[in-house]
Amino acid sequence: MKKSILNGVMGGVVAALVSSAAWAEPVDDELVIDGDIKMVVRTKAPEGHPFDEIRSGWQYRTKETRALEVDSFNNPGMLRVEEGEGIWNTADGTEGKSCADCHGDASESMKEVAAHYPKWDAQSNRPINIELMINKCRTERMGAEAYEFDKGGQKSLTAYIKHQALGTPVSIDLTQGDMQSWWEKGKEEYYTRTGQLNLSCSNCHEDNAGNYIRADHLSMGQVNGFPVYRLKQADLVSLHNRFRGCIRDTRAEQPKAFSDELMALEVYVTWRGTGLSVETPAVRN
Amino acid sequence: MNSARNLIAVAVMAGSLAATAAWAETAPDDVKFEDGAVAMSVSGNAGDAKAGAGVFKNKKLGNCLACHANSDMKNELFHGEVGPALDGVADRYSVDQLRAIVANSKEVFGDQTVMPGFYTLKVGKNPAKEFAGKTILSAQDVEDVVAYLATLKE
Repeated sequence: MKKSILNGVMGGVVAALVSSAAWAEPVDDELVIDGDIKMVVRTKAPEGHPFDEIRSGWQYRTKETRALEVDSFNNPGMLRVEEGEGIWNTADGTEGKSCADCHGDASESMKEVAAHYPKWDAQSNRPINIELMINKCRTERMGAEAYEFDKGGQKSLTAYIKHQALGTPVSIDLTQGDMQSWWEKGKEEYYTRTGQLNLSCSNCHEDNAGNYIRADHLSMGQVNGFPVYRLKQADLVSLHNRFRGCIRDTRAEQPKAFSDELMALEVYVTWRGTGLSVETPAVRN
Repeated sequence: MNSARNLIAVAVMAGSLAATAAWAETAPDDVKFEDGAVAMSVSGNAGDAKAGAGVFKNKKLGNCLACHANSDMKNELFHGEVGPALDGVADRYSVDQLRAIVANSKEVFGDQTVMPGFYTLKVGKNPAKEFAGKTILSAQDVEDVVAYLATLKE
């Protein structure tokens, strides 16, 4: 008798899990940071996009996780942004210069800037992102060593610079240089299945956005919040780190950070988020 | 006398052949898909439903729950919803069809399906060294999972 009641209760729990479709949809919640900065977390997709409407990953997270991004004091990623501010103002390299020595106050010089990256870099004849732009300044202007991927102050400084574009809608210029062909290459990668599990980006983030894969609520895979504070790692996670993690999870060899493959993917996936506000540092699972 | 001895020899050979056949594993590339079904055990042995339940929920093996809900595993948290729920799956498919779906669902549902092929070498680009040339599940794992799925009736 007791057992059958228990089974009944468990059955109810399973029914709730199984019928999770009801709460599997992203929430139609609005994000206003510090009661002041109104973020675009849901907008019409750019022309040629597979979706009519795009949504920030913020809408796919739980109420608790969403709340962490609403107030800067509660956002654990802001500590690393502050660290980035320290780096911005600290001289480094043989030239004895800091970022601020050339660029001044980042809240003015870097305002909205990161919303328009990656950009075309004629010198290297490929797209350049914030991380590589920092390295370019370090090696060419400061006489400092380039940061290795995810090391030194790379994540914090990138987050600090991107944070200066908080709220600005993402828009990149595909007419510069060969940006369009890198976009095409990135698009091809997005739909290419990789690894032993034979999965493409689109299999999860396009075909199954909104569905649960085990405990993970699959989002559209937007990149407007990177570097993001990931609760799982309890740290900032860079975009190329996340790209590599996803690819690893398909049981494929991981391309190197900033390789042609991942730069093309960054161009394409950034475009897929056109119109969403820069959220750096976003808070995710 | 001679013929009796020959008969014995033939019988022994036949016996050992039969035994070989019973143990013969079918290599992934040799699995025959016909009309969305695989008629023979890929391991050459019967599956064990209990072991199959283990393969089903093990994240490094089948990890089936990642995508499929299954009321039979109500004690496990977080059932996925990428694929259909598997309640009553044995009422919808025969054992041979279930074997085909597990071994390589693309042979049954077409190339568009998201479901990985668990006993095939037709995989995505650049498989990691650790997994290259290997199937996700062993032939016996496949048979065990199929035996487990065959118990899911409504």
